[in-house]
Amino acid sequence: MHKELLRLERINKSYDGRKILEDLDLTIHENEFVTLLGPSGCGKTTILRLIGGFERPDSGKIWFDGQDITSLQPEKRQVNTVFQKYSLFSHMDVAENIAFGLKLKGKSRNYIRDKIKYALKLVNLDGYEHARVTQMSGGQQQRIAIARAIVNEPKVLLLDEPLSALDLKLRQNMQRELVKIKRELGITFVFVTHDQEEALSMSDTVVVMNQGWIQQIGTPENVYNEPENAFVADFIGDSNIIDGIMIKDKLVHILGRDIPCINTGFGEEAPVDVQIRPEDIQICAPDQGQFQGIIKQVVFKGTVYDITVLAAGFEWLVQTITGHEQGSEVGLRLAPANIQIMAKPASEDEEAVSDE
Amino acid sequence: MNERITAQISSHRFLALPFILWAMFFIVLPLFFVLGTGLTNEAGDVTLANLLTVLQSEYLRALGLSVELALISTFICLLLAYPLCLILKAKRDKRGLLVFLLFLLPLWMNSLLTTMAWQTILEKHGLINMFLSYLGLPAVHLINTPAAIIIGMVYNFLPYMVLPLYVSLSRIDESIVEAARDLGANFWRTLRHVLLPLSLPGIVSGCTMVFIPALTTFVISALLGGNKVLLVGNIIEQEFTAAYDWQLGSALSMVLMVFIILNILLEAFTDNGEHRKKGRP
Repeated sequence: MHKELLRLERINKSYDGRKILEDLDLTIHENEFVTLLGPSGCGKTTILRLIGGFERPDSGKIWFDGQDITSLQPEKRQVNTVFQKYSLFSHMDVAENIAFGLKLKGKSRNYIRDKIKYALKLVNLDGYEHARVTQMSGGQQQRIAIARAIVNEPKVLLLDEPLSALDLKLRQNMQRELVKIKRELGITFVFVTHDQEEALSMSDTVVVMNQGWIQQIGTPENVYNEPENAFVADFIGDSNIIDGIMIKDKLVHILGRDIPCINTGFGEEAPVDVQIRPEDIQICAPDQGQFQGIIKQVVFKGTVYDITVLAAGFEWLVQTITGHEQGSEVGLRLAPANIQIMAKPASEDEEAVSDE
Repeated sequence: MNERITAQISSHRFLALPFILWAMFFIVLPLFFVLGTGLTNEAGDVTLANLLTVLQSEYLRALGLSVELALISTFICLLLAYPLCLILKAKRDKRGLLVFLLFLLPLWMNSLLTTMAWQTILEKHGLINMFLSYLGLPAVHLINTPAAIIIGMVYNFLPYMVLPLYVSLSRIDESIVEAARDLGANFWRTLRHVLLPLSLPGIVSGCTMVFIPALTTFVISALLGGNKVLLVGNIIEQEFTAAYDWQLGSALSMVLMVFIILNILLEAFTDNGEHRKKGRP
């Protein structure tokens, strides 16, 4: 891991008596692509605004490159923001927008011209110097907003749901391009989104948040394959989450049966949440499965079929590549390595809520 | 097909008829009366004599003073209203709305009444001088001076500046201001490079809406200027009600109209300029 660049230390923040962030600690490293992921109102945008300097924490400190910047004005911070609504200056053309920060810093005419050219090339809009921003499409405006931010050579680029207003194809394109831009610039990106797919496909590190609490910090593979609690499991991807009891190491009791797994260290007779990904469940002949049930519904999704199976009183979501007959009797089989055991939340604040 | 569209348009035109009649009888026709009266003598012959009379120094001085006072009042209104609207923009909640309505209050009161109130505040033994003498300070001479007229104009016309300015400033998204600060602009630079240019249409229409009534007022100058400070509005009023020289009064009105038309053209021009800039490929 690279050197530490940005650290939030025991941050508290509330609006109108409502707590948004509570005792939050977060460390961000040089050249890291960090995504803050969570449902709306989880406090992810507030974190971004705290780093950008648009909000002050009620208590706690923000460290940047070893310096306390908690009460530093936004214009004095070495970070730049790409706003959700682009927020371009409509009375200026593209070049004037991009030059705004450089002119304030008193850079030379030649330097500014070269920078504009470089930035427009980077966001694939060369030749658009004198276009009016009001006449550009949403995707183009977003690229200009990125160009306007990066010419200032910030150490951290903050992106506040920058792709949420774009349609699906354009969004996927921009995701790839953002990763490319990030690689080219070699700076830290802090990216806010509520879209788990976006978070998984772009980031080095995903910070999953809910109601002002960090639920889990890890690589995309990490938070997908080994969610630490039911909220993370539920929010990222599809999951079957079942109440269970850990009988002993490597054996869990769910829905009336003892199922072998690979987890250890939960103690004996401990209540747990058990997560099984729909793509990890195998459909087989009734007599070969650990559970027997009936197929209630089959939905074709393009690459996979979403199959709902009623077995042992639980509606299982199963994803398969081949179709199955609705109403037929089937067995379900679970490989021990595909069963994820999670501790029950300790407090109500951490209680899982369904995603919006 | 074409006929049907034409028929539709003409049936829609029919709806405009009341407004066309209104404009003919109450706007265009009176305008021609004024022009006609201003360009004829008592016998009804066409003449430029009235306009030439207006060019005499006494009238020109009144006209100059009117323009000067109107410009000063407009400028003061702008200086007062802009910071106020910035504060209101930042406080867009119920309290902000209350303050906003408070500043529009003069609009709901009779301007004759408010101006008379200012008379009692500014006069020789008025509230200000009473307060100054209470503090043992020398009295100030305000009533019947241009300064008194400016105070009256600013008080009465400030709402006309606040309204368009507030509308145009509150339309600027807060994230635009944050973007400017994010890129390194402090408050003054954000004001100069982002807020002022983006609120220019509001500034121009606010200035027009203050300048025109300030230029033509006669109530404020009559009550707060006594007969010591004569503005164009007062002279026109006297020509019509005291001197019964309608020809000269109309000629003066025509000259005043030139200023108003110039002002409106200026506003239209800035508006057009905005559109042209936006329309540039």
